[in-house]
Amino acid sequence: MDLIADHISHRFGALEVLYDVSFTVRSGEVVAIVGPSGCGKSTLLSILGGLLQPSSGRAEWRGAPPPDSRNPLTFVFQDFALLPWCTVEQNVGFPLLHTGLSGNQRRAVVDDALRRTSLSDFRGAYPKQLSGGMRQRVGIARALAVRPAILLMDEPLSALDSQTRELLMEDFIGLLADGSMGAVYVTHNLEEAVRIADRIVVLSRRPGRIREVVAIPLSRSERGDIHAREKLLTLQSELWSLIREQAVEAEREVQHA
Amino acid sequence: MLNRAKAGRDSPPADITTEARPVAFRGAGFAPRAGRYSGWVALVLVIGLWQLVGSAGWVNPLFLPPPSAIGLAIWKLAMSGALWHHVSASVVRIGAGWILGTMAGVAVGFAIGLSSLARGVGITFISALFPIPKIALLPLLILWLGIGEEPKIATIALGVFFSTAISVYSGVDAVPRNLIRMAQSFGVPFASIVRRVIWPGALPSILAGFRITASVALLLVVSAEMIGAEFGIGAFVLQAGNLMQTDQLLAGVVMLSLFGLAVGRLINLLETRLLHWR
Repeated sequence: MDLIADHISHRFGALEVLYDVSFTVRSGEVVAIVGPSGCGKSTLLSILGGLLQPSSGRAEWRGAPPPDSRNPLTFVFQDFALLPWCTVEQNVGFPLLHTGLSGNQRRAVVDDALRRTSLSDFRGAYPKQLSGGMRQRVGIARALAVRPAILLMDEPLSALDSQTRELLMEDFIGLLADGSMGAVYVTHNLEEAVRIADRIVVLSRRPGRIREVVAIPLSRSERGDIHAREKLLTLQSELWSLIREQAVEAEREVQHA
Repeated sequence: MLNRAKAGRDSPPADITTEARPVAFRGAGFAPRAGRYSGWVALVLVIGLWQLVGSAGWVNPLFLPPPSAIGLAIWKLAMSGALWHHVSASVVRIGAGWILGTMAGVAVGFAIGLSSLARGVGITFISALFPIPKIALLPLLILWLGIGEEPKIATIALGVFFSTAISVYSGVDAVPRNLIRMAQSFGVPFASIVRRVIWPGALPSILAGFRITASVALLLVVSAEMIGAEFGIGAFVLQAGNLMQTDQLLAGVVMLSLFGLAVGRLINLLETRLLHWR
């Protein structure tokens, strides 16, 4: 299933946030969206996931989602968005409650999602009892439970410490390795972008437009290699030089505002 | 290659000629905790002091009857059956008024929290009518509903309704938007979002509102009974005051206080049960 951003523009009142953004996320592909602060990355993701109507243009999908997908476009949120009154198990099962699955079927799906995210031992815990990394694992398990075609990840690691980020990044790479799921990965962290993405959409400062789409010339399995890391570092530095000037301007703009 | 120190050891301090001084602890205070028994101990002490003052004859018992006299008055009232008569009359009025006001307040509060139309209309009306002391409407309600239980119950219901509606829509507004967006992103239907996200999310504010409305109901039942009732704690307190039976008057006040404590306890239990996740 492909996800298409078709000439998307958006404004909040007088504030123009996005201008004429078009790109396609192909089946099983991971596309990262990077750009200076306030360039409309998260707004674009909300539009792609149907949580926000664009001022013009549209988000559309083409092709068939996996037959057992219960929510083809599924978000993983920066702030985890877990229901604090529900246990880990209840949070993961929450999106399945209205799907018509029987109790046993739901339990099987939840068990599978908990196992894949190493949360089986924490099924009875409440979010407040978990660390940030574990909470995000619950968010990922909840997303996996509906068997998405494309994960829409809005800075999923930015609220976490660096060690947890590293561990979860390895998890993401593992989950996306077989190509059965695609992803749109919004981040301000270029290192994350070059590690996880097949292509990187670089947005300009507000109103965000596509400045460049950079393909990563290495498969994700090749990127652990030491030589590949050098290449990725070079790529990361090229991306930074592309963004740096506009990031500084965006920062100044925020300070003046 | 990592430069490692042996486990559990670090290099000695650079300057060992100067005397080391402990770092002063500055983090005390600003974390009050109620002791388990301190409240009860204080209560017993105050009652003991009060009894001492009364028994020693330092204060005229007409102005401040000692706790023993109040206890005796309660005992006599209980034995004569009058206590049950008055208390049950008040409890029925409070119960009926509170349930009616709460049901209406929850419904209107949710409507205001969820619908733009209801918000536009509802907040205007609530802002205009909430500040009116509801007891001022009792004569009008008597005119409309006749002399009986209905105007008293309606007065309580009105008082409870406004506070409940405000606490409910404030609670709905306070539900984190990211949780609602999360549910929407999974295609969860509207009714299910209300039931599984908004209702539990608003519950802390709703229960806090119950605490306030229980006090409002108690206040209004006493006022309404003082204005026009034969039975009820308010009527009893007024009657005792008119007859200068201050021990009986304070017996009525003690009953009101016990009722308030019982309701507070009940709400605590509800909070423990329903908000255990906090």
